[in-house]
Amino acid sequence: MDIPYTVEIRRDTGLTNGKIGIWLFLASEVMLFGALFASYILIRTGAPSWPRGDTMLDVPLATLNTIILISSSVTMVMAWASLMRGRFGTFRMYMGGTILLGFGFLIVKYFEYSAHFHEGALPSTNNFLAIYYTLTGLHGLHVFGGMAVNAYFWGPGAKLWKTNPVWFTNRVEHSGLFWHFVDLVWIFLFPTLYLL
Amino acid sequence: MSDHATTPMTSDHAATGMTSDHAVDIDKHVRIYISVFVALMVLTIVTVTVSRFHLPVPLAVTVALIVATIKGTLVACYFMHLISEKKLIYAVLALTAAFFVALLVLPVVTVHDGFWIH
Repeated sequence: MDIPYTVEIRRDTGLTNGKIGIWLFLASEVMLFGALFASYILIRTGAPSWPRGDTMLDVPLATLNTIILISSSVTMVMAWASLMRGRFGTFRMYMGGTILLGFGFLIVKYFEYSAHFHEGALPSTNNFLAIYYTLTGLHGLHVFGGMAVNAYFWGPGAKLWKTNPVWFTNRVEHSGLFWHFVDLVWIFLFPTLYLL
Repeated sequence: MSDHATTPMTSDHAATGMTSDHAVDIDKHVRIYISVFVALMVLTIVTVTVSRFHLPVPLAVTVALIVATIKGTLVACYFMHLISEKKLIYAVLALTAAFFVALLVLPVVTVHDGFWIH
């Protein structure tokens, strides 16, 4: 049975099913990260003292990661724009760039975590590090998940372009919405954890 | 769709088919994406620079959150096309925002005696 309303628009919602589906998923993601941000506020306001992030974490590396993630959002939206222009080759270039930038983000994160572990700064060390590892770890998993979906659309999933280019374009936009959300979460995580 | 010239394209525009008009509109929006990218980079530099002034915590939190909110709004409006979405998505997000604010306010309420928590 074919999936309904992948290309044509439903009259009642004014949207394709995929579009409303990804936004409902992102709404649940907002609540997931919201619960952790609320935990952060509760732990911080309840603590007798709280360290500045830049005294325990590597701000230059986190700034580099911010630049990497913002750049990957641009390449992601350019990948989708390339499909809207009908340029599949350009799409592959930008999508490949997005995946590589995501990989770069995780590599930088690996170096950050390695340095912390080497110094004995573990999640069990104090509440600051516990919430830092929880928030950045969950965010890192989202980066990995987004990369996996993008890699599918760059590789085997791209076959759909030949048979149904509009559906493929819609799918890439939905994948992009998730990727931009991951970028958006980092935009708030960066100052909250590293600079305040 | 008459609003192509002024609002970002979404998959729902793609759903109606790709035309040469769309290609022209996409060119305009690519320029917007580049401008947003530059703005995000500048705001990142602003965030890091301000943090080096070691402002008092309440002021530092306020400034950092204002800059982060501006950056987040740019990403949501232009990269995620929220500036020109359908009403149903705005409704979903309004509901989400209400619950999100409730989540963030909850810790504040629980640490103050004599209001909700006795």
